[in-house]
Amino acid sequence: MEATPLASSGRSIVGRPLLARLPDRILKYGLSALSALILVLIVYFFFRLIGQARPAFEKEGVLGFVFGNNWDVGAEHFGALPLLVGTLITSGVALLIGVPVAVAAAVYVTELCPLRLRGGLTVLIELLAAVPSVVYGLWGIFFLAPKLQPAEQWLADRLSFIPFVGGGLVTIPNYFVAGLVLATMILPIVSAISREVMATVPPDHKEAALALGATRWEMIRMAVLPYCRSGIVGGAMLGLGRAIGEAIAVAIVIGDAPKLGHQLFAQGYSLAAAIVNEFGEAQGVHRSALFAAGLVLFVLTLIVNAIARLLVARAARTGGGRGGVENAAAGGQVIGGAAAGA
Amino acid sequence: MSPSSASNERLARFAVSPARKRRDLLARGGVIVGTALAVMPLLLIVYYLLRKGLGVWSVSFFTTDPTGNTFFGASSIGGIKSAILGTIEIVALASAISIPVGIGVAVWLVEYGRGSVFASAVRFFVDVLTGVPSILFGLFVYIVLIVGTGSTYAGWKGAVALSLLMLPIVIRSAEVILLLVPGALRESALALGAPRWRVIFSIVLPTALPGLVTGVLLAIARAAGETAPLLFTAAATLHTSFNLSGFMNSLPVQIYKDVTSPTTAVVNRAWGAALTLVVMILLLNLIARLIARRSRLA
Repeated sequence: MEATPLASSGRSIVGRPLLARLPDRILKYGLSALSALILVLIVYFFFRLIGQARPAFEKEGVLGFVFGNNWDVGAEHFGALPLLVGTLITSGVALLIGVPVAVAAAVYVTELCPLRLRGGLTVLIELLAAVPSVVYGLWGIFFLAPKLQPAEQWLADRLSFIPFVGGGLVTIPNYFVAGLVLATMILPIVSAISREVMATVPPDHKEAALALGATRWEMIRMAVLPYCRSGIVGGAMLGLGRAIGEAIAVAIVIGDAPKLGHQLFAQGYSLAAAIVNEFGEAQGVHRSALFAAGLVLFVLTLIVNAIARLLVARAARTGGGRGGVENAAAGGQVIGGAAAGA
Repeated sequence: MSPSSASNERLARFAVSPARKRRDLLARGGVIVGTALAVMPLLLIVYYLLRKGLGVWSVSFFTTDPTGNTFFGASSIGGIKSAILGTIEIVALASAISIPVGIGVAVWLVEYGRGSVFASAVRFFVDVLTGVPSILFGLFVYIVLIVGTGSTYAGWKGAVALSLLMLPIVIRSAEVILLLVPGALRESALALGAPRWRVIFSIVLPTALPGLVTGVLLAIARAAGETAPLLFTAAATLHTSFNLSGFMNSLPVQIYKDVTSPTTAVVNRAWGAALTLVVMILLLNLIARLIARRSRLA
């Protein structure tokens, strides 16, 4: 039997008249344009921000602005080093406290805890991401900070031989409290990503370790943690990005002192907190300086997030997952929602 | 030496030494303490919110506007009506902008752009957007819509700032869900002669709907709690407003203003408002999770 050519009826079966193809074309190019718009938006924002920050950079010089140690609004001196250092101190404290706790929680949930507890614990940690930052600030300044002050003072008195930690009078709002609040805020995302990465460890590795006589902890230390290292570091970096950019909670608990931080339990300032506090009344060069602070913040978070994405993507590749971990990174941002749904 | 003790000795060589056992217990203990520390903040926050906030709740708390009058104690400072309504209006407009755009971009990423260089560039920039601190969205909208137009704060400008914040969340969660729609469904529809747009609207989107709703609800929950983008875009005002081109109050901004007040009654109003906000957001989260659990995908 001879095969009939498909297009023998005069009109191709596969093809469609031009008019019928129109909605398809519109949808395709419309959606492409929409996607391109996002790229354009970010680039546009970057240049507009530079434009607004220019007067401050012209006055102080770019390096003079970033590394100048003098933020004096009255005298119109804008060196953002005290703010930058404040941002680094608070997010450093956040990482030091938040990451070990988050990783411990992830280890417990994936490796040690009874199955019945797993779902509940996961939700309890993830819901931390649902608490608004202003509520963290409110809780931090009226509950956490006053409750901690005696302990902090005790610590500062005992450790007075350590330059940065000891000595000095402990104020209620201070760098440490800000760091602690930030640690709580980054917990859910670091924990969510660590958990996702740990789920990609091949059961063979774990069983092999146990079969060789390793205890549970030795199995975790030798089979699970090394396998997950880059994923956990990536998660921690995403948390760092969060901590650097957090404005409202820090503005409430840090205490607005624009001088170079020399004491952990003293009042300080950060880039984002300065913008929140001063932007409303700022005029002229001051306002431009705050835009410049925003620019520094933008660049800082871009770098940190780019590194984080690379690390998490690498963890996903070695994990052999189909981008599961990378999506978990997105999911972690979505309040662990995608992870909960998947 | 009796045979049984010999075999015991051989077994003992395989037993875990006391030192290793101790280390194992210690490490497990540490991990459990860490987990307890991770769970504690949420419980503490919720407990303290309930203790401080419930006492402030009353009918008039929800039905009156804040007055700005702080001299005559709790009876004169008013409630948070304008803040609740303002938050609902602003977030509704922000959703109206970001949901269609976000799902559109996600559809493009999954259905048209899959594998292309342009698509990975878009995905990268969306991830960049995810990492941008929320206060920068406020600054951006301030530069473009307030400095750029020479006008002042307005509710809709706050909504634009929030929609920028929601966009990456909507896109990424929608993308994850759309990727889960089985390819066989698309192929069957195409094989039956359906054009691409009908496949998307009649097959892909309805299949993914519960998952999409989950992502959207989580994005809304996130946006509803944001203060920083609204501070310099929608401003704060006392009265209830249904005019999105005027100043507009919102719950987070109201709380932020109240926290810094020296008056106890005003700070208490912040606790009541914070409890209201957290209850709203937790409810959204709960609904989102329930829908996610019932979804047939994943």
